[in-house]
Amino acid sequence: MSETHEQSRLIATAMNEGSPQARALGFSTLQIGDAVALLKVPYRPEIVGDPETGVIAGGVMTTLLDHASGQAVHAALATWTSIATLDLRIDYMRPAIPGRDVLARAHCYKITRSVAFVRAVAYEDDPEDPVATAQATFMLDSSAGKKAGANFKPPRTAATGPARTGGDAA
Amino acid sequence: MSDADNRLVAVLGSIPYARFLGITAELAGDEMTAILPFADHIVGNPMLPAIHGGVLGAFMEMTAVAQLSVAATLKRQPRTVDVSIEYLRSGRPLTTYARASIKKLGRRVANVHVEAWQETRSAPIATLRGIFLVAPTED
Repeated sequence: MSETHEQSRLIATAMNEGSPQARALGFSTLQIGDAVALLKVPYRPEIVGDPETGVIAGGVMTTLLDHASGQAVHAALATWTSIATLDLRIDYMRPAIPGRDVLARAHCYKITRSVAFVRAVAYEDDPEDPVATAQATFMLDSSAGKKAGANFKPPRTAATGPARTGGDAA
Repeated sequence: MSDADNRLVAVLGSIPYARFLGITAELAGDEMTAILPFADHIVGNPMLPAIHGGVLGAFMEMTAVAQLSVAATLKRQPRTVDVSIEYLRSGRPLTTYARASIKKLGRRVANVHVEAWQETRSAPIATLRGIFLVAPTED
């Protein structure tokens, strides 16, 4: 395993073990490297969306595809940087098979200076027979200037409503 | 309790993943607010800490499903066709609220927009636009 793959593996483990929601859902990374991540969520009754069918909730697919996409971005970068999801589009092709674990394969196919682009697919056995597909964009260096615990404090713009962006009108 | 109240309690109570995340909802007339209390197990980034983006997406999707159940008597739970989620601000360790606006409820398809916020309603932290397959009862 190359040095970059080793680093991606460490980041993936930290993201699965260190993220309480990922731990609560039991995410594990089966493969990582070369801008690709393969993750698994084990089937459990607690994460079902429709009790009549026993199908895993769509929201769990959202979290799995987001998490896998983030790891694919890290696997595409030479050095660690903070990232944040800008947007995420998910198409649901069919219900997941009740009782089966679901895999998600994400590929970060393009990186620019500030943005990473990812495609991902969720399936049980065959990526050609998907449960859901996703398209996501991520901001790179998203925590620039933020220290640990930054979110315990209100943002500077909280009192005045939406943050102002862009230059001045003149 | 009104019929809409009963339908709301039934739909949220019936979704195991909604219970897993701790989602509840309040109904004032036909206006529903979904509530996601902060809890350690919904965190995605423990350093900041920030709520997992996937959890916010799931919360808004369930808000849409719950709002559809309030608006109409459905034969079965709405099925999500697709969702587009925009992340505007970091989800801080606070209670998150969401409201859904049904743009169209047809015989087969419903179009729903959702906004989630924390302290300031006018500064949403995330939005969702979703398409759902629905099966309203005929009467």
